[in-house]
Amino acid sequence: MDISNYLYLSAILFTIGIAGVLIRRNAIIVFMSIELMLNAANLAFVTFSRTNGGLDGQVASFFTMVIAACEVVVGLAIIVTIYRTRRSASVDDASLLKR
Amino acid sequence: MATLNAPHLDYWALSPILVLLAGALIAVLAEAFLPNSLRRTASSALSFGSLIIAFACVLKEQHKTTAHAAIGSVTIDRAGIFLQGTILVLAFLSMVFLVDKDQFVAQASALPGSNEERVSLKAGRFQSEVYSLALFSLSGALLFVVANDFITLFVALELLSLPLYLMVGLSRRRRLLSQEAALKYFLLGALASAIFLFGAALLYGYSGSLTLTGINSSITGSNNNSYLLILGIALVLIGLLFKTGTAPFHSWVPDVYQGAPTPITGFMASVVKVAGFGAFLRIFYVGFDLAVTSWKPLVIGAAVISMFVGAIGTVVQRDGKRILAYSSIAHSGFLILAIVSLTKVTLISTLFYLITYGVATIGIFGAMSLIRDSVGEVGDTNRWAGLSKKSPLLAGVISIFLLSFTGIPLTSGFVAKFNLFTAVFVTGNWWLVLAAVIASAIAAYAYLRIIVQIYLSTTPASSVTVSVPSIATRVTLAITALFTIVIGVAPSLLIDFSNTFQTFIR
Repeated sequence: MDISNYLYLSAILFTIGIAGVLIRRNAIIVFMSIELMLNAANLAFVTFSRTNGGLDGQVASFFTMVIAACEVVVGLAIIVTIYRTRRSASVDDASLLKR
Repeated sequence: MATLNAPHLDYWALSPILVLLAGALIAVLAEAFLPNSLRRTASSALSFGSLIIAFACVLKEQHKTTAHAAIGSVTIDRAGIFLQGTILVLAFLSMVFLVDKDQFVAQASALPGSNEERVSLKAGRFQSEVYSLALFSLSGALLFVVANDFITLFVALELLSLPLYLMVGLSRRRRLLSQEAALKYFLLGALASAIFLFGAALLYGYSGSLTLTGINSSITGSNNNSYLLILGIALVLIGLLFKTGTAPFHSWVPDVYQGAPTPITGFMASVVKVAGFGAFLRIFYVGFDLAVTSWKPLVIGAAVISMFVGAIGTVVQRDGKRILAYSSIAHSGFLILAIVSLTKVTLISTLFYLITYGVATIGIFGAMSLIRDSVGEVGDTNRWAGLSKKSPLLAGVISIFLLSFTGIPLTSGFVAKFNLFTAVFVTGNWWLVLAAVIASAIAAYAYLRIIVQIYLSTTPASSVTVSVPSIATRVTLAITALFTIVIGVAPSLLIDFSNTFQTFIR
């Protein structure tokens, strides 16, 4: 199979992620969309690793996975705290900080 | 048979980062095992101790001319060491304000207004994990300015940012605002990191290398219009603009600066900014230098937009922290000018600018946090009216910092601006300097208006009090204010010093 198909898939995943961040209103879904973008980057890394014939890209994707896990820990801590305080995880409801 | 060689890490070159990480880990253990009453003292002693040891390590390494540590993923050059030293000094100054017990939440997990919160407040608790979080964040900052490949850059970026997202949510008062700021910072910060990472992946695809040097050497004349290269640079640029709080990716800055506990705001506006711009300069100077014609218009656009968005924002805001947030956006616009014309002189004047701006910012956030009423800090600058009658000293200190932001002669801000604008002017970008001067003039109105409020208003607001600072806070305020004036009067003290530090090593 043509290797560029993987790149198209990666670009599509990245775009879906960005669209999710911009359109969805639930903080958890926004966060999931960001994770999707990280996975799109992983797929691109692995694909390029294959075309370039090096292992750097695969190593990079392992680092990304670990960091994505750390990000989940911090992110869920913040989102759960907000949810417990407000009984809502909508990013539109968090709007006290206005001029 | 293939042999596996152990990599040469050069522990001495990495020692400042390792010391801070060790300090942070020990502080986490101290949180887990020490009794409640000892935790705060132990954590603060540990963090100041490891800051001092890390600074000693930086001093020991300072005469090294070049070293690629950890198999080339880290470049310890003179500029990198200078940035590390700057970050450590600024961190020390800003962490003095973390000691203020009234700033941080008693128990972050307790719901605002709940019985659990009242109990923990009455018990005199304090979320002293702030110290270990700050140390983790700092070690990320030290790694970010010396990182030489995109894996290390991404790891350092996240190590710098993740603890910050948490620290922003730890304010003792106005907890809903603080939590909201944490949520906004986290979601937008994670988005920026993902964009940065995708940019790195595209650059890897273009060049087949993850190191900055490798990417630069693969940019050739015939091939420098590849869409992978341009898209990759643009996405990495977006990530960096976000992290440094530069327009058009600045929308989080005012909200986060306002919602975060004031000492953390000072930490972000100084330490994180220096780290962000340090890495920004290194990536563009070392990694993308040969593609300069493709990214220059983007950076110029960001610089001009940032200056004017920041300057106009300072004029229309009333809240002290929001004014300083927009001021920091405007200063980012000035700082980014150096990336437009990368010469040794602009680089050195940027480093000088970062130091003077960082010190003044720490000082003003520290001073601002002393103006309080019954429910906490007073943000509204209209209520600062007549402050000079209540505390002439505090009013004087705040005015020094504001004059320095304005760029009035005899303050460090003037020298910094003069150096930077001259350096950019010499490279032929006179109209950028003109734009920067106009933006400074607009922002000057906002700063001077606060000074007028403080000194000339005849009706002081009765509910506002000035809290009596601790000795450490007083000393830090005095140091930052003195530094601002001394460098303004005798800039050669610092300029000669920063001249000895060479540019980034390619």
